[in-house]
Amino acid sequence: MTELAMQKRKEPMSLLEIRNLHVAVGGHEILKGIDLQVNAGEVHSIMGPNGSGKSTLAQVLSRREAYQVTAGAVSFHGKDLLAMKPEEAACEGVFMAFQYPVEIPGIGNTYFLRSALNAIRKYRGEEQMDAIDFLPMFREKLQLLEMDEKLMNRSLNEGFSGGEKKRNEILQMAVLEPKFAILDETDSGLDIDALRIVAKGVNAMRRPDRAMLVVTHYQRLLNYIVPDFVHVLVDGRIVRSGGAELALELEERGYGRIEGEARQTAPVSA
Amino acid sequence: MTTAIQQIEMYLEKFTEFQHVHLGQRLPWLRRLREDAFALFCETGFPTTHDEDWRFTNLTAIARTPFVLPSRGATQISRADLQHWRMEEAAIELVFIDGCFARELSVLDNSRRSLFISGLEEAFLSRTEQIEAHLGHYLNIRCDPFCALNTAFAEDGAYVRIGRAAVLDGPIHLLFISTSSNSPTMIHPRNLVVVEEEGQATIIEEYVSLGKSGVILCNSATELIAGESATVSHYMIEREHTEAFNISTLRIQQNKSANVASHALLLGGGLVRNNVHPVLAGEGGECLINGLFMGQGRQHLDNYMHVEHASPHCNSRQFYNGILDGHSHGVFHGRIVVHKAAQKTDAKQTNRNLLLSDDAQIDTKPQLEIHADDVKCTHGATIGQIDADALFYLQSRGIDQVSARKILLFAFAGECLERMKPGLAYKHAERLIQSHLLSLGSRSPDRESTSRAPDMERSWEEVE
Repeated sequence: MTELAMQKRKEPMSLLEIRNLHVAVGGHEILKGIDLQVNAGEVHSIMGPNGSGKSTLAQVLSRREAYQVTAGAVSFHGKDLLAMKPEEAACEGVFMAFQYPVEIPGIGNTYFLRSALNAIRKYRGEEQMDAIDFLPMFREKLQLLEMDEKLMNRSLNEGFSGGEKKRNEILQMAVLEPKFAILDETDSGLDIDALRIVAKGVNAMRRPDRAMLVVTHYQRLLNYIVPDFVHVLVDGRIVRSGGAELALELEERGYGRIEGEARQTAPVSA
Repeated sequence: MTTAIQQIEMYLEKFTEFQHVHLGQRLPWLRRLREDAFALFCETGFPTTHDEDWRFTNLTAIARTPFVLPSRGATQISRADLQHWRMEEAAIELVFIDGCFARELSVLDNSRRSLFISGLEEAFLSRTEQIEAHLGHYLNIRCDPFCALNTAFAEDGAYVRIGRAAVLDGPIHLLFISTSSNSPTMIHPRNLVVVEEEGQATIIEEYVSLGKSGVILCNSATELIAGESATVSHYMIEREHTEAFNISTLRIQQNKSANVASHALLLGGGLVRNNVHPVLAGEGGECLINGLFMGQGRQHLDNYMHVEHASPHCNSRQFYNGILDGHSHGVFHGRIVVHKAAQKTDAKQTNRNLLLSDDAQIDTKPQLEIHADDVKCTHGATIGQIDADALFYLQSRGIDQVSARKILLFAFAGECLERMKPGLAYKHAERLIQSHLLSLGSRSPDRESTSRAPDMERSWEEVE
């Protein structure tokens, strides 16, 4: 192995690189210049008060159309993420666990998941998975999330409790095996038991070649999914970054202080 | 432009001719039935949009067209011509060519004594009394000129009799085929279905056209009598080409504890009016009215439901889903009448609509008339587009936009399938819906194609 190759190996592999990202919704600027690098194997957490732009960041990365990128770039393992349609981003390995998963009557859970998996496999030039191959793998993931198979015979998320919906999101993530998963307020509305199960599922999926972005308002979830890095988002900017201990500090002291500091240091806007 | 008087004169001429040749001479009761009906039609003529029941459907195009009755045996149809339309799994299939029963093309099974299935015209002579006892007893020819016109020209159709406690597993497929003709043609299929006590049957009425053009008015009427504790499923499937006018009326007479389901699937036709009129005449009856209408181009699909609760402790459920694309126009009129005696009525009505283009239109109108004081009646209607959140959700899982739209459309249409009993009829309906959705959903969502298609088709709205 050449020296250069050795060096490269030691360098962590950059999976996602966000540079100076500005995003507007309906002409109103929400993200005002985000810079963030996420390497394979890392878990990053984005924390921040309501309205700081956390969910906007999650939606933009999963390629929701309504969000307009006004400046900046995002590369995902070397490709231009912002040029991708939602389905392309998904096929490239981006997964978003929704804050409010949609109920879709008339579409069976299992049918939906197998269609999704096969769409992704097709994109990657892999063979389609038939029901016989799918089922054992699917059952294994169901067990991981402690979900009843009967639930899967129902329509997608229809009549699911809040906890069941969130678990279903993580189940989908487990089946689709993304390279990069975004968890958008996955803890909201969960009781402590459901939170443990969801966290167990997520932790089981931590791998050296997979990264995660955990978006949350509260530190609670981060007791179970311990991040490598924590970033604090205030008013569309990352105002502080640190390790897992930053989350604890925020929990103790609240966002107020950081918001105050951010306001003082924020450039006078034109 | 013909005047109303000229229109009636034209029909009078046709009617006089018709009475001479078609059994009117041999069966005085039938002659009288037709004459009374024709007299009623002459009184009213065709409805206009000033009639509340026809507010959203302009019939000028029908009223001004000089229709002729088809000449018998004019079109030679072979079995091969029919292959595409047959329901191969159906053990009993009656084929009608331009309204006339074609025995040689049909598959009949009259080996069981408890069943009698034939063309109506044949049965007029062989089963006169049975038919006289029911035909025209239920259909309301006073309120609907089309029913009057149908009765005036009642000649052929299906006669189905399911004897006491007889259970028919497979469906009876009634296939009505219109052939293309140079002059505008009218046909008036008339069906009589009698299911006696505890009998059980599934009837599929399906209307198709050979060829892609030729103006035709298919004005059908079906009287369906469900005896005590009988279980009947009826399917109305409209798949004619877009030059066809299809007016159909299903009049259901339900006796005590009878359980009837009416499923309608409107996929084809240019101007379609689908009347469903059940009367719950005995205690403990249950009625399901389920439908799906899918319009595109310039199609006009009008659904007129008239549910009459005439006895206590009856349940009725109406569910109609509409998917409208292009410049199509859908109508849902859900009328529930609860008579004074019909205490403990439980009636529910839901109409859900999906508009796929900016030019598609839906008029939905509930109408409750309640004369009893201890009843439960609910109604609801929704109109929406494909849910952007649902679409994004599917896309975010790797499913491309066109496929995601198809999945959502099929899910919406599938609500109608879920209310059908599993079996051959269900499979038939599922197949038709799926292939129809492929044609509807395959175009790109940015609506490039909508501007092109309508010009080739006729407009029912723009006639003066």
